[in-house]
Amino acid sequence: MADIDPRTETADEQAPGSQTTGSQPADAQTADEQTDRETTGRSIWLDNVTKRYPGQKRPAVNGVTLEIPDGQVVMLVGPSGCGKTTTLKMINRLIEPTEGRIVLGGEDVTSIDGDELRRRIGYVIQAGGLFPHMTVAQNIALVPKMLRWDKARIAARVEELLDLVGLDPDVYRSRYPKELSGGQQQRVGVARALAADPPVLLMDEPFGAVDPITRQRLQDELIRIQHEVHKTMVIVTHDFDEAVKLGDWIVVFREGAQIVQYDTPERILAEPADEFVENFIGSGAALKQLGLRRVREVEAADAVVAKAGANAAEALRRAEAAGHDHVVVVDERGRPIAWPSRRALSRMTRLPAQLDPAMPLVGSGATLNDALDTMLVSSAGATLVTGRSGVFEGVVDVETIMDAISSAREAAAERSDDAPVGTNTGAVAAVPAASDEQRPANPGDAAVGPVSDD
Amino acid sequence: MELGEFVRSRSSEILFAALQHLSLVAQSLILATVIAVLLAALVHRSQTLRGVANAVSAIGLTIPSFALIGLMVAPFGFGVTPAVVVVVFFAALPILRNAIVGLAGVDPALIESARGLGMSRLGIFLRVELPLAWPVILSGVRISAQMVMGVAAVAAYVLGPGLGGFIFQGLSRLGGSGAIESVVTGTVGVILLALILDLLLLGIGRLTTSKGIRG
Repeated sequence: MADIDPRTETADEQAPGSQTTGSQPADAQTADEQTDRETTGRSIWLDNVTKRYPGQKRPAVNGVTLEIPDGQVVMLVGPSGCGKTTTLKMINRLIEPTEGRIVLGGEDVTSIDGDELRRRIGYVIQAGGLFPHMTVAQNIALVPKMLRWDKARIAARVEELLDLVGLDPDVYRSRYPKELSGGQQQRVGVARALAADPPVLLMDEPFGAVDPITRQRLQDELIRIQHEVHKTMVIVTHDFDEAVKLGDWIVVFREGAQIVQYDTPERILAEPADEFVENFIGSGAALKQLGLRRVREVEAADAVVAKAGANAAEALRRAEAAGHDHVVVVDERGRPIAWPSRRALSRMTRLPAQLDPAMPLVGSGATLNDALDTMLVSSAGATLVTGRSGVFEGVVDVETIMDAISSAREAAAERSDDAPVGTNTGAVAAVPAASDEQRPANPGDAAVGPVSDD
Repeated sequence: MELGEFVRSRSSEILFAALQHLSLVAQSLILATVIAVLLAALVHRSQTLRGVANAVSAIGLTIPSFALIGLMVAPFGFGVTPAVVVVVFFAALPILRNAIVGLAGVDPALIESARGLGMSRLGIFLRVELPLAWPVILSGVRISAQMVMGVAAVAAYVLGPGLGGFIFQGLSRLGGSGAIESVVTGTVGVILLALILDLLLLGIGRLTTSKGIRG
């Protein structure tokens, strides 16, 4: 099975087997999907978990059963006070559940030593939570030190992690947190959480305290890091757009940690479970879907390409022959520098060699949202797409994007995902009935699965 | 007799008394710091206990040191013991107050962050809370040092060590030859010692406070 970690401890070995008895088809599916990406994450089961605070009538979290698939990013979203943070903190038992069990990678961790558990789970809070009296290196080294790694190994690990989060070790190793920007502190916070290579990473509103531009960059960075490390990540946010951007799966909560919907971002956008989710998504669900797809996923149209400084009349003839309105002028390395129309060409003798800064241009890794934005700004109704090293790849226009969006909506509506289990045992009605039907093992059976052996 | 002559003729005696004085204060300060920080660690999490500790500290500081040291003779007799007890008592009060303020001022998010990393309670106290509260605690130690320099002079009343002996001797034969010089020597000696110790503590503060939280 692809999801077994080579470092799996003996205690965990029975886990995948016993889980499979409960949900064979689901596991087979997971294995298929992940043959091409080695996951180092572990699955998490919250089994009928409740948190009651003394003196409060209603429980903060009421009978939540939640499956977090290994190696996936699951976003917990909902209005403030809905219990999403409490749910997150019960995974590493910063908040002890009143009832229920927590199963990590098949091992029941409900009653093991809490500190020991937390050393196996990375935890990142808003603004990073760095200790101001320790250097960046000391902060990152905390957990490895507690695990008694030797000095050379710790130093090497610090180096590796700083590289991973995009900070030059030689520059930042001995800096103090106050000498870093908010975004850099957050990066070090992520590095610290990853220090001992935990299979699971929990984040509580990680990017809530940074400005929008930095937040966007950190989100991109996190996506890149996840591509490298393949952890199981659970991230709390109140920002639905962030959930759509980062999540493989999104859990939408309402008060008392009632799970309203647990599905992929595409499906939640295309088919919100009820009015609550609809309101939570906010306006422009279709526009948000644009943020889910990349330019490289849609088909770029060909264009007439000509070298800078070439004969303009010749280029014009070729454009007329191909029935194109524009000609893409590229430099000797194939990078676009201008995009004159036929009308502009007819006034030229030589094609321009100067870079036109107003030319609409996006990378193939950009989202359709970025592409559309570029088109609107340049009012061209289309944009050039560049691939690696800025080499011209094709043209994407508004119609292409419209087609992509409507086909995506259809696909999302039709797709029969076997979504991970997420229910409130107390109020099953809140869960879309579909997920029960589609999933061969009902949540109850599956939840009991991991412990049926002990 | 002139002051200069007084000092010259008794220089070795004065030096010895000054060293004794400094030693009494320094050792008492260390003991007081340990006691105060431990107490603060126990009480700083509870609003009520914090209030009690602050009240005790405020009231304690109003007790006349002279009266307290007199009272200590009954249980501890004469000599070093009652002197140390009284000096530690007074030294601990400002430190306790500052230690509580310092520990309570540690950002709860950092404590949660530390717990999230799997640090034990003791680990969090020693490696997060204490280092972060240390500058505030240390400023309490400096206040204490200034205050108990004077208090330690009273120790001579119970035949304890230090520069207080010159003050008491001088006062008891006021009008006699060298009486004023004796009092002045004791007093100025205490002031000089206080300045020296303050500089020392400033240096210790520089060495023991992380660069990351220095102002």
